[in-house]
Amino acid sequence: MRLDDLRLAFPTPAGPLPVLDGVSATIGRGEFVSIIGPSGCGKSTLFNSMAGLLQPDTGRLLIDDIDRTSSTAHCGYMPQQDLLFPWRTIAQNAALGLEVQGVPRREARQRARDLLPEFGLGGFEDARPSELSGGMRLRVALARTVLQERDVLLLDEPLGALDALTRTEMQDWLQRVWSRHRRTVIMVTHDVREATYLSDRILVLGPRPTRIVKDVTVRLARPRTIDTLTDPEFLRVEALLLRELRGDGSAGPRASNSPATT
Amino acid sequence: MAGRRSLAPSSQVSFPRARTSLARTSLARTVLPPLAALLVLLIGWQLYVMLSAVEPRILPSPLRVVEQGWRQREIIADHALATLTVTLIGFGISLVVAWVLAIWIDFVPGLRTAVLPLLVASQTLPIIAIAPLMILWFGFGLLPKVLVIVLVTFFPIALGLIEGFSAAGPRAGALLRAMGASRWQQFRYVRLPAALPRFFTALRIGITYAVVGAIFAEYVGAVEGLGIYMSLQKNSFRTDLVLAAVAVTAALSVSLFLVTYLVERLVVPWNRAGAGRG
Ligand SMILES: Nc1ncnc2c1ncn2[C@@H]1O[C@H](COP(=O)(O)OP(=O)(O)OP(=O)(O)O)[C@@H](O)[C@H]1O
Ligand SMILES: [Mg+2]
Repeated sequence: MRLDDLRLAFPTPAGPLPVLDGVSATIGRGEFVSIIGPSGCGKSTLFNSMAGLLQPDTGRLLIDDIDRTSSTAHCGYMPQQDLLFPWRTIAQNAALGLEVQGVPRREARQRARDLLPEFGLGGFEDARPSELSGGMRLRVALARTVLQERDVLLLDEPLGALDALTRTEMQDWLQRVWSRHRRTVIMVTHDVREATYLSDRILVLGPRPTRIVKDVTVRLARPRTIDTLTDPEFLRVEALLLRELRGDGSAGPRASNSPATT
Repeated sequence: MAGRRSLAPSSQVSFPRARTSLARTSLARTVLPPLAALLVLLIGWQLYVMLSAVEPRILPSPLRVVEQGWRQREIIADHALATLTVTLIGFGISLVVAWVLAIWIDFVPGLRTAVLPLLVASQTLPIIAIAPLMILWFGFGLLPKVLVIVLVTFFPIALGLIEGFSAAGPRAGALLRAMGASRWQQFRYVRLPAALPRFFTALRIGITYAVVGAIFAEYVGAVEGLGIYMSLQKNSFRTDLVLAAVAVTAALSVSLFLVTYLVERLVVPWNRAGAGRG
């Protein structure tokens, strides 16, 4: 997947508001890449243009050398909120993407049922979203994303709404899901440790209008465990990222506080 | 994980039971107080009529209303049936008009801003002035009554639908588009189900308006129906029979109102379940 000089400005009453200022990157097949950057710098905007929901003013998005700029349905997209629908059961929510693709309803729901136990949701197939905890809802949303069988998964702060304990649990679990399904994962996060723990590569975005200011490769063996957290490489990357985020002055308290919260 | 899984079946079994007992107590709580209040009112009314010896022509006692109404039960039932028929036909047409209009507005961008003000304007037409004109133009048959009912009921329903279609929010739409959903699929999977709770709220408002609209149109001029019956009895000073017809009208409205709850329970089960717990 290649991002080639993406630029985007939102029209506002006060004139155009530039958000993406030439974002370029190449992401390999099966890589786990985190995107980190100050709040409001344009991470969700970048994701929305990658998912084809927003049209960049200039620049291209290539997947397997095919131009996919402004076309939808090539990425599994998990938005910042879980967006489960109350009128669908858990299995039906997870199957939604397949049904949209035209998979017959019964088959789609059966495939969802088959996947849900792996996501720790066995026994909850026929429950309603309102009966689930935050961590479970998140896993349903992720199951819905994974089931779509797209090569690229875009996860916008998937763990952002969870408490610290559940979050650590979900990080391990996300790593397991990724290593089993081996999709390309691009994840937005505010959490430096989370990014370091999970990723092969971390792209650091600058303040708005944003572009990639740092591309960090994480050389840590997998699977990563509690011991990884004290590995010199882990500490090196973490320090590097913190310096990068703080250095530009607009990193804000969220980024610099994050080590304490994980 | 084992703990979570073992918890699941028991909690799912207990939900329906908890739900029905909850429904039963809340039914008793919603139905009993108004019935008790009505009873107190009727007793007070009865006592007042007995003690003050007011003429029945001016104010009949509730017992007299029931007694006289019962004597005329077959005639009143015929008129009630006529009113019910007109109401259901008119309301049925109104539903079709409202759905077609709302879906049309939902699918054609820009139409909403163009059409909504006209819809609002249609609601400011004074029905008291319009209904007699309708009779004048279209006679004593079904058509003028149906038109009056449609005019007074389609707006709340159409508005409920138009707003309901976007109730799931733009992010839900974005999610569906990212999945590759067509406009029609977005409508079917998100916009339509999201609109149903609001639709049923609007349906309840609409059905009560529909009965009132039917009675009103009949009152102005009709061959049969509770409205014309009331009008005739009033002209022959049978206040008791007017009130008997009013009571039947009220019973009709309340019954139709309750039917909407039953239908809602069948069509949008998730709404109740969600509202009950969160
Ligand atoms: N539709 C829009 N119209 C105008 N401005 C927008 C729109 N969407 C986003 N913006 C602006 O673009 C900037 C980037 O927004 P975006 O949501 O991409 O940030 P983010 O990095 O995802 O933030 P967060 O960390 O809070 O999720 C913000 O300043 C926001 O106000
Ligand atoms: Mg965001």
